[in-house]
Amino acid sequence: MNGILPLRLEDVSFAAGGRTIIEPLNLTLEAGASTIVLGANGAGKSVLMRLMHGLVAPDTGRVLWSRPDVRRRQAMVFQRPVMLRRSALANVLYALEAARVPPQERGRRAREALAEVGLAHVAARPARVLSGGEQQRLALARAWALHPEVLFLDEPTANLDPGATREIEAVIKAFDVSGTKIVMSTHNLGQARRLGDEVIFLHQGRVVERAPVEVFFKQPASAEAAAFIKGELPWT
Amino acid sequence: MLDAVVSGLQLVATLDLRLWQVVGLSLAVSVSAVALASLVGLPLGAAIAVGRFPGRQGVIVLLNALMGLPPVVVGLVIYLLLSRAGPLGAFGLLFTPRAMVLAQTVLVLPIIAALARQAVEDAWREYEEQLRSLGVDGLRAALTLLWDIRFSLLTAVLAGLGRASAEVGAVMIVGGNIDGVTRVMTTTIALETSKGDLPLALGLGIVLIAIVLVVNAAAHGVKEAAQRRSG
Amino acid sequence: MDLKRILLAVGLAATTGAWAQGTFIVVSSTTSTENSGLFRHILPIFQQKTGISVRVVAQGTGQALDMGRRGDCDVVLVHNKAAELKMIEDGWFVNRRDVMYNDFVIVGPKLDPAQVAGTKDGVAALRKISVAQAPFASRGDKSGTHAAELRLWKLAGVEPKGSWYRETGAGMGATLNTASAMNAYAITDRGTWLSFKNRGGLAIRVEGDPRLFNQYGVMLVNPARHPHVKQAMGQAFVDWLVSVQGQAAIAGYKIEGEQLFFPNAKR
Repeated sequence: MNGILPLRLEDVSFAAGGRTIIEPLNLTLEAGASTIVLGANGAGKSVLMRLMHGLVAPDTGRVLWSRPDVRRRQAMVFQRPVMLRRSALANVLYALEAARVPPQERGRRAREALAEVGLAHVAARPARVLSGGEQQRLALARAWALHPEVLFLDEPTANLDPGATREIEAVIKAFDVSGTKIVMSTHNLGQARRLGDEVIFLHQGRVVERAPVEVFFKQPASAEAAAFIKGELPWT
Repeated sequence: MLDAVVSGLQLVATLDLRLWQVVGLSLAVSVSAVALASLVGLPLGAAIAVGRFPGRQGVIVLLNALMGLPPVVVGLVIYLLLSRAGPLGAFGLLFTPRAMVLAQTVLVLPIIAALARQAVEDAWREYEEQLRSLGVDGLRAALTLLWDIRFSLLTAVLAGLGRASAEVGAVMIVGGNIDGVTRVMTTTIALETSKGDLPLALGLGIVLIAIVLVVNAAAHGVKEAAQRRSG
Repeated sequence: MDLKRILLAVGLAATTGAWAQGTFIVVSSTTSTENSGLFRHILPIFQQKTGISVRVVAQGTGQALDMGRRGDCDVVLVHNKAAELKMIEDGWFVNRRDVMYNDFVIVGPKLDPAQVAGTKDGVAALRKISVAQAPFASRGDKSGTHAAELRLWKLAGVEPKGSWYRETGAGMGATLNTASAMNAYAITDRGTWLSFKNRGGLAIRVEGDPRLFNQYGVMLVNPARHPHVKQAMGQAFVDWLVSVQGQAAIAGYKIEGEQLFFPNAKR
C-alpha cells in the first residue's frame, strides 16, 4: 500500500511563551505497531501529538510524511470532543464532506461508523445532548468514517468513567485491527499496556525512552521511566 | 405619565388605521434593514473572527467604534449620497422607504458584524483544533461556526433590530417624515413632541416599546424551542 | 438560514409593493404649515381634483430652500421672502407666487417679567425683554421664523446676547417646548401656537403689529437646473394654491373656530 507512513520528525522543537516544551527530537513512526506516548502532565505529550498531526508548526526542524497531502488520511480524537450543534449523524457527515468524500458514499459510511461505535440508535439525536462517553465515541465514529491511515488520540479517556473508558478502548482496538496506525497519549498505565505495542516515554520535552510495551514496563532503561511506572515521579 | 399610558392604550384599542400603517412601515423598514445587515454583517464578522490578515486588530477596533455611529450622521451621509445633487441622485431614492432601509442597514451593520465577530471568535477558540483537524478552515470554518452558534447570533440580530427600530435621526433625514409614505413610529413621536402633544407622543412611545417587546419575546421563544431541539 | 430569507422577502415586499411609484410630487415646506395641520386639510382637496398626491417634507425655511436648490423636491412653500427672491435671482427656482400670510406672535410667561403684555409694538416689546434680561428662546436655525425674529431685533437696535437669550437650534415646536419649560418669551407663528398643546404657563403677550406679518410664498424648483423635476405636476400645485379653490381651502382651515392662514394671492 502506498501509504503516508512512515512519519519522520527531524530536529523538531517547539516553544511557547519563552518556555521550551519540546526539545529538538528525532522520531520515526512506522505503520503497524500501536504507539503509546507516555509521560507526566506537562511532559509535552499533547504538543507532540499536535506537531505530528500538523495542528501546530514546529519552531525548528521538519515533520515529514512519505507523501504530500496527508490531511485527509489522518484523524485526531481530542481529550474533549468538540461536537457541532447538529445530530450525531450530521456530525459524521460533516467530517466526510470536509474530507471531500463523494456525496453518494457519505450516508453509508456515516451509518457504518455509528454502528461500529455502537451509536446507531442515537444517530438522529443532537450530538450535544449525548453523554461524555457517547460524545467521545461519536468523535471516534467521525474518525472511523474517514478510514484514516493514522489515528492520533490525545488522552481520549481522561475525562471518562471506567465503563465508558472500556467502550472507547474497544473501538480503539477495532481501529487497530482494521489496519489504522494508532498513536495515543495517555498517563493511564493499564491502558498503555492494553492497547500499545510500543511506548515513547516523554520527560520534560525529551524522548527519554522508546521500547516495546513489555520491555518498557518490565525493565525501564531510564531512571525517569522507572520512577514514573512506580508512580513516584513528582508532577511537573 | 398616566395620560400617556391611557393615550397609548387608546391608540391600540381604537386600531387607528393611520397608526397601524405607521407601525407596519416601522417594522418593514427595520426588519428589512436588519435582514440586509445580517446577510452582510454575520459573514463579515465571522470572516474577521476566523481570518488572520494584516491590520486585523485595526479593523476590529474600527468595527467596535462604528457601533456608536450617530444616526444623524449616517442619515446625513446617506442623504448627501441619495440627493439629486449627489452621486446616487439619479435613482430618485430620497424620501422613500428604501432610502430608510439603506440608512438603517448602514447604521446596524457594524453592530451585527461586531457582535458576530466576538461570538464567532469565542466559538473559534473552542472549535479551531477540531475543525482544522478535519481540514476545515477559512470561509468554510466561518460558515460552520455561524451556523453552530446561530442561537447566540440571534442576540446580535436583535440588538441590531433594537437599534434600527429605536433610531429617529437617520430615517427623519432620508425619509423626510412624509405623512403616509415615510412616517414611522419614531418620527411620529418626534413630530407629536414638536407639536407639544406630549401625552400622545409618550403613548406612541409605549406602543413602540410594546412592539419591540413582543418581537423580542417571539424571537426568544423560537430560540428556546429550537435550542431544546438541537442541544 | 431559511428564516432569514423569508424575513428578507417579507421586508422587501413590504417596502416596494405598498409604496409603488405613483403620481406624486415632493413639496418641501416649513414645520409651521405641517405641524399646524394645514396640509392635512388642503391636500386631499387638491388630490381629489387632480389625482396628484403631495408628499410634504417639513423643515425650517432655510433647510427647505436648500433642499430645493439640491433638486430634492419639486416645489417649496416657505416664508422668508427676501431669501426666496435671492434664490430666484440665482436661478434655483421659478414662478414664485404669494400664497397666504399669517402673523407672528410673541408668547411669554404669565408673570410677564418684561411687562410687555397688552402692547401691540413688537419691536418695543423685544427691547423691553432685552432690558429686563428676561429669558428668551430663539429658534437659531435659519428658519423663516428665525429670520423674522432677527429682523425685529435689528429694528429694536438690540444685538441679542447673554445668558437670557437661548438659541435652541430646533424647530418651532421644540422651541416652544423649551420656552414652556423655562418660562421664556418666544416668537412663533400663530398657526403653530394654536395647534401647540404643551403651553404650560405661556400665553400670547404681543400681537397685531404689522411688522409681525408673515408672508408665505410658493415656487417651483427650476427645471432648467434639475431636469428630473416634475414640472407639470409641480406647476399644477402652484397654480391650484393661488386659484379660487385653493385659496378657499386655505381660508377654510380653522382650529377651534380660529382661522390660521389668510390667503392673499394676487390675480
